[in-house]
Amino acid sequence: MLHINCPFCGLRAQKEFAYGGDATVKRPEINREVSKEEWDNFVYMRKSPRGKHIELWHHISGCRQWFKVQRDTATHEIFKTAKMSEEIV
Amino acid sequence: MQKYSVFSLIKNAFSDHQNWEVAWKDPTPKSEYDVVIIGGGGHGLATAYYLAKEHKITNVAVIEKGWIGGGNVGRNTTIIRSNFMYDANARFNEFGMDLWRNLSQELNFNVMFSPRGIINLAHSDAQMNAYARRGNSMRLNGIDAKLLNRDEVKKLIPMADFSDEVRFPIFGGLMQPSAGTARHDGVAWGYARQADSMGVDIIQHCEVEGFDVEGGKIKGVRTSKGVIKAKKVGLCVAGSTNILAEKLNMTLPIETHLLQACVSEPVKPVLDGVVTFGAGHFYISQSDKGEMVMGGDLDGYNSYAQRGNLPTIQHVLTGGLALFPFLSRLKMLRTWGGIMDMSMDGSPIIDKTHIEGLYLNCGWCYGGFKSTPVSGWTFAHTIAQDRLHELNADLTLNRFSNGYLLDEKGLGTKTWIS
Repeated sequence: MLHINCPFCGLRAQKEFAYGGDATVKRPEINREVSKEEWDNFVYMRKSPRGKHIELWHHISGCRQWFKVQRDTATHEIFKTAKMSEEIV
Repeated sequence: MQKYSVFSLIKNAFSDHQNWEVAWKDPTPKSEYDVVIIGGGGHGLATAYYLAKEHKITNVAVIEKGWIGGGNVGRNTTIIRSNFMYDANARFNEFGMDLWRNLSQELNFNVMFSPRGIINLAHSDAQMNAYARRGNSMRLNGIDAKLLNRDEVKKLIPMADFSDEVRFPIFGGLMQPSAGTARHDGVAWGYARQADSMGVDIIQHCEVEGFDVEGGKIKGVRTSKGVIKAKKVGLCVAGSTNILAEKLNMTLPIETHLLQACVSEPVKPVLDGVVTFGAGHFYISQSDKGEMVMGGDLDGYNSYAQRGNLPTIQHVLTGGLALFPFLSRLKMLRTWGGIMDMSMDGSPIIDKTHIEGLYLNCGWCYGGFKSTPVSGWTFAHTIAQDRLHELNADLTLNRFSNGYLLDEKGLGTKTWIS
């Protein structure tokens, strides 16, 4: 079982969380012409790397906050967690 | 090639089975091939076989990082079905069912195809209506479908929980009687043996490290056993698709996720065919050895681990126990995991790419095994003729940007959501 360090609640078991996918995907800015390719990249295209991956998790059975997790997709090791407003570099 | 038959079995018994020919050779790669197939799983080996058989292209290599049949073709729950609603998926997989029916004879290898039927259970009136719609769509495409009421289901699976206390009572189900299971390793081995006998080189323990692309054309692959030149390259690497796509500077509408399965200790025959629970994600069948073969949800986060986590197994088996309470008495023999190329609409991609001579076969989600023959058949056609066959004409890469999605389950882009 993964143990995820929620930035608001601390270390909790994976069962309290729901996964939200790649956190590096950015929605195109609105109020301007958005090309088909930009929408395509945002909605469908994913890098899905083997190794370090920055992703969204939702503490759905806890504080119900969304936050970012940097995790290794091959070993499942979790390196960092951060609030949505913070960057993981 | 030595033909397998009861006579060859008796003949070899006299020499204590010491003189059987090897089923496939272990060649060192040549410097150049007409076609290189990357991935020695079911789909890759089937592609090589149909390239040789249907298109007479025999200067072919299948290169595999590990050993053939060690990936998802050896890790799935062996279910074969064509109970799809959309025309493109239904036609594609029903053609595959015809290939399955003759596969043991065609390959001279017993793949133990056993069409004992699949029942998708319904637990509400709404679900019955949805299944009636799907069943009608299937019948319009010439696929057998039977809507069962509660009593009919009870006759077929009396050991399911039909008591009044259950949270999700069984209302009925949709059955495809011609669906079934097969011996998954046998499929890989059968295709490998026949492909090898027609001149295909099966090269194991050969990892792809990069690609040689010049002027928008594929020239070859760089591997751990040296550079192999190729006029055409086909990718059949399922869960490793994103890794190879990165080496090609391609981004694909695919995420890689982890799926687990498990088997119980073997017991006497109790379940005929495949049953899926309609109120959770759980499916079950009984193997010829008597083990209950079970699976369900993805672990739910991007993963390349090929091994899973206990909470998912617990969750899946909670659904299993709700349906079949007798499972609580069984010991679990083993669990394992495989990595899935989850496409963004849940349907596969068999297409050409923007690189000339590079072909893509991916996006099988957790349903690739049933399509092994038809995937190989259509992919071989696509590679040999450099154009799509009408069976895979809708399984394109650009259907995402064009909006012609094949979203069979209506899950949207997050096909990994449980």
